[in-house]
Amino acid sequence: MSEPHAATISVLVQNQAGVLVRVAGLIRRRGVNIHSLSVGPTEDEGVSRMTIVVDTPPDKTESFAKQLRKLVEVLRATAIDDIPTVDRELALVKVNATPGTRMEIMEIANVFRANIVDLTDKTMTLEVTGRTDKVDAIISLLTKYGIREMARTGQVTLARGSQNT
Amino acid sequence: MARQITAPATARAAAQAARRPQRMNGAQVLMEALRREGVEIMFGHPGGASLPIYDAIYDADHLRHVLVRHEQVAAHAAVGYARASGRVGVCTATSGPGATNLITGITDAMMDSIPIVAITGQVPRPVIGNDAFQEADVTGITMPITKHNSLVMDPRDIPRAIHEAFYLARTGRPGPVLVDIPRDVSQEMIEPRFPDEISIKGYKVVLDGSPSQIAAAAEALSGAERPVIYAGGGIINAEAGAELTALMERTRIPTVLTVMGKGAVDETNPLCLGMVGMHGSAYANWAINDADVILAVGVRFDDRVTGRLKDFAPRARFIHIDIDPAEIGKNKPAHIPIVGDAKRVLAVLIGQIRPPQIDAWWKQIDAWRERHPFRYRQGSDRVSHQYVCDLLNRLTGGRAIMVTDVGQHQMWAAQWYRPREPRSFITSGGLGAMGFGFPAAMGAKFACPDRQVVAVVGDGGFMMTMQDLGTAVEHGQSLPIIILNNGTLGMVRQWQTFFYRGRLSSSILKNPDFARLAEVFGARGIRVERPEQVEPALREALTTEGRPCVVDVMCDPEENCLPMIPSGQSVKEMILDE
Repeated sequence: MSEPHAATISVLVQNQAGVLVRVAGLIRRRGVNIHSLSVGPTEDEGVSRMTIVVDTPPDKTESFAKQLRKLVEVLRATAIDDIPTVDRELALVKVNATPGTRMEIMEIANVFRANIVDLTDKTMTLEVTGRTDKVDAIISLLTKYGIREMARTGQVTLARGSQNT
Repeated sequence: MARQITAPATARAAAQAARRPQRMNGAQVLMEALRREGVEIMFGHPGGASLPIYDAIYDADHLRHVLVRHEQVAAHAAVGYARASGRVGVCTATSGPGATNLITGITDAMMDSIPIVAITGQVPRPVIGNDAFQEADVTGITMPITKHNSLVMDPRDIPRAIHEAFYLARTGRPGPVLVDIPRDVSQEMIEPRFPDEISIKGYKVVLDGSPSQIAAAAEALSGAERPVIYAGGGIINAEAGAELTALMERTRIPTVLTVMGKGAVDETNPLCLGMVGMHGSAYANWAINDADVILAVGVRFDDRVTGRLKDFAPRARFIHIDIDPAEIGKNKPAHIPIVGDAKRVLAVLIGQIRPPQIDAWWKQIDAWRERHPFRYRQGSDRVSHQYVCDLLNRLTGGRAIMVTDVGQHQMWAAQWYRPREPRSFITSGGLGAMGFGFPAAMGAKFACPDRQVVAVVGDGGFMMTMQDLGTAVEHGQSLPIIILNNGTLGMVRQWQTFFYRGRLSSSILKNPDFARLAEVFGARGIRVERPEQVEPALREALTTEGRPCVVDVMCDPEENCLPMIPSGQSVKEMILDE
């Protein structure tokens, strides 16, 4: 068996009670680990999009998407490993910031185009958006100041170009 | 005794209600939806949350309700009914413990792709989530073991929920669907509207295989030197037995069957090599092992068939036909994948295939078959299980519906019973649920009252659901129940003998006298202790009318089921003889 790697699966589901449990339950039952899962509305009122990043061996990703398609509420499930995509994640990071370190942190924020969304005499809260590796990068730089708490949305993804995801 | 539930005056009212929109309560709407689905029988057990449903059943003269003694039996009977008839089986239970008792049977239907609809009562809407009396999150519990399920929170949704349930259960890859109905939803009065057709947005079934893939498959098979057809339960579900038989006869390609595929073709046909897998025939397994092209149809490459995956048919190219795209490539990569309905795909394939040149291949297979047929020795002392199975095959000519429980006797029955047509061998294949056999045989008998149905069970499995002898007696079922009684949990005992140094941990049973027990229930009971008593007893059981006949056959507790490919190993490790 090949090594697991992070694969992204985009799933359109009917917006009905219990659908998240069905999808999450299926993922667990097939022995797959979830990196991140984000759910939100789409252009169609009755339909939500889930972007799921899972650990699967590359040759099993499509097989896994097929299992998801068997759920009656799942309208579409696409393994988007091999197509060009736009991927974004948002993170809020509350970091220790004294008057002495504030400028340094703002400089980091500048480089990563992060917004300072809150400020106290002891902390700053940054909002950063980008690909997961960019978010990882700023987090690793901020670690030395002491991250008090953090919330990440998980990745959302759409295919590049005019075709649907 | 059974009480006739028909009440003519109310039946007329129900018939009128069917013609014009009229106010009725949710439970009556449910009955009308079942009538529109053509449901003639349901197996169930009432309780608090399903009282309104049972009140409506009281008036439903189009529907026969079979009161079982345990809900597990209701689910197994629904499966037996579905498998014997090809129609959707229906079972019902109340909330909480009633519904949880259905779980084993529902899981069995899921594993074996059997169309059943389970209808469960639920506590009233206002108390859902409050840990009310007899409340269980049944839709939550059954999510991974159903094809689909739903909780109906508005009585106006009952028609759609029921018709969708039947549609999902029987189309595509069949499976169990559960509909959970709160008690107050069953009681609320509405003016129902019944949909004319069902369309489910996220559910599509591909029936016709890709023409280019079918052409590629025909090409591969026509040029094969050592081809094998590996067919399973998908043939039965697709009613594709005739197409498979035609393909097998036209091409003379050796055909092996999974335990779920038994009866897909007439197993007395020499082109059929019988069952493949862990306890399959040695020659079927050798044929698979040496094959160069395998046409896998309606199968899922289950581990009981393949053993160690990388050693399964190591030289073969696989053509895999299945209605469920998720099965293709799941366990073994398919060189030529074909998603579609087995009946339609095979019909097209037959027209394109040229019979391959396989005389040498048959010579090899016939030599294997001659060297290692199934065999047993029936001495003068202890009864061999295999002798009983062989005799049942001979006495019925393979024309009965054989229903088994799970364990050694199941594999012996699968080895010796050679059904002549589909839907004639019913067993818990994927789940391997002990306790399945007798209730499933009851369900099969309700489906086919004019056919000979035979239950073959072990003493361990029979004990799990035997309380429903009461039901079979109540309904006067002419049902032979043959207990291959070895006083042990035979398959467990066999594995302990082979793989656990003979340490027989909790595998020996202290049984009651089943023949006397049967008589107490009002059934016929016959105890058999010696080989010469077997045939007369079986003949008597097969001809007993109007009540079940339990034949309790004392069998050799040390007999092992062979051949055997030990779990997770390959055909090279097959144990042929003691």
